[in-house]
Amino acid sequence: MSIGHTLLGLLESGPRHGYDLKRAFDEHFGQDRPLHYGQVYSTMSRLLKNGLVEVDGVEAGAGPERKRYAITDAGVTDVAQWLARPEKPEPYLQSTLYTKVVLALMTGRDAAELLDGQRTEHLRLMRGLTERKRSGDLADQLICDHALFHLEADLRWLELTAARLDKLAAAVRG
Amino acid sequence: MTPEGSLLAAEGLRKAYGPTPALDGADFSIHPGEVVAVMGPSGSGKSTLLHCLAGIIRPDSGTVRYGPHTLTDLSDTHRSALRRTDFGFVFQFGQLVPELTCLENVALPLRLNATRRKAAEHRARDWLERLEVDDVAAKRPGEISGGQGQRVAVARALAPQPRVVFADEPTGALDSLNGERVLTLLTDAARDTSAAVVLVTHEARVAAYADREIVVRDGRVKDMAGRI
Repeated sequence: MSIGHTLLGLLESGPRHGYDLKRAFDEHFGQDRPLHYGQVYSTMSRLLKNGLVEVDGVEAGAGPERKRYAITDAGVTDVAQWLARPEKPEPYLQSTLYTKVVLALMTGRDAAELLDGQRTEHLRLMRGLTERKRSGDLADQLICDHALFHLEADLRWLELTAARLDKLAAAVRG
Repeated sequence: MTPEGSLLAAEGLRKAYGPTPALDGADFSIHPGEVVAVMGPSGSGKSTLLHCLAGIIRPDSGTVRYGPHTLTDLSDTHRSALRRTDFGFVFQFGQLVPELTCLENVALPLRLNATRRKAAEHRARDWLERLEVDDVAAKRPGEISGGQGQRVAVARALAPQPRVVFADEPTGALDSLNGERVLTLLTDAARDTSAAVVLVTHEARVAAYADREIVVRDGRVKDMAGRI
């Protein structure tokens, strides 16, 4: 995920302090991985330097000054371009799992056992996500669904690979 | 030996259709209130396992124990009686009686167990409400959607308060949203009533509603949690 673009997008609804940005990010996108303050301030410095945000005001207090950031026209254009650009699909074929299966076959280990172990792990995670969906709000459900569909795709690959292990073994062992 | 505390357990099940083995020494067990997904590729023996566990077909060898009963030793009549009183069934489709209203469909297994009509219909209405389809009570299966029909089928399976529910691809004909709602309602209701659910599916998203999964491959069962 592009943290810079996400923070820019959050600024489109109006200027915010760094702290408000972190809170909004965590609320909407940070269920699994909340942002560190350091990430927020380093990202805002970069956006400031690139002219995508500007300082809308500074509040002086006992602690460090609190800057309020606003998005610039260039920032709005940048967000629009990012949203319109499709993400590059991941090159799954080179995944760690594929490497492990091939290595297991090459070294005479039990690749079926490896795939079964992975299936159990995937399903364990899917059960957790399903449980979270059951008790969560709509945002939780949509985020979990996205993860579930990806895990399901992996599982289909595991099934298909399990069904083709003999052929794959013959191929990798020459 | 039956695993301790299990409600339904099978050991060494073998079943062949002609020269083709469907089950080749399959073991299985489930506890009260537990939801177990039975997974595996097409033709692996999943449905044959379910039919043997439910006493619908008799295995060529091996035993199925249900509580104090050895299902595989019971007569067809006894097994039928047990299925009516203790087991509930949900299939992929085509399970409702088209001539009856949805309310009558849900009340049917209760009526077959000699519950009086009023009491049966009262309980049927409660279950339709719980499955969020009380508005179709007076309609016939041909007049409702697939998703509604499957909820009515789940209500019918659960209304007699079975101790085991057998569900064979219960959401196979539904879209994702309807399928998920049916699974949530089915597993919640089963857990609330401590019914065990044997959930046959080839979909991981469906299996994720279960407490654990087993995989049937070439007629043998692999328990992914390392249990029998």
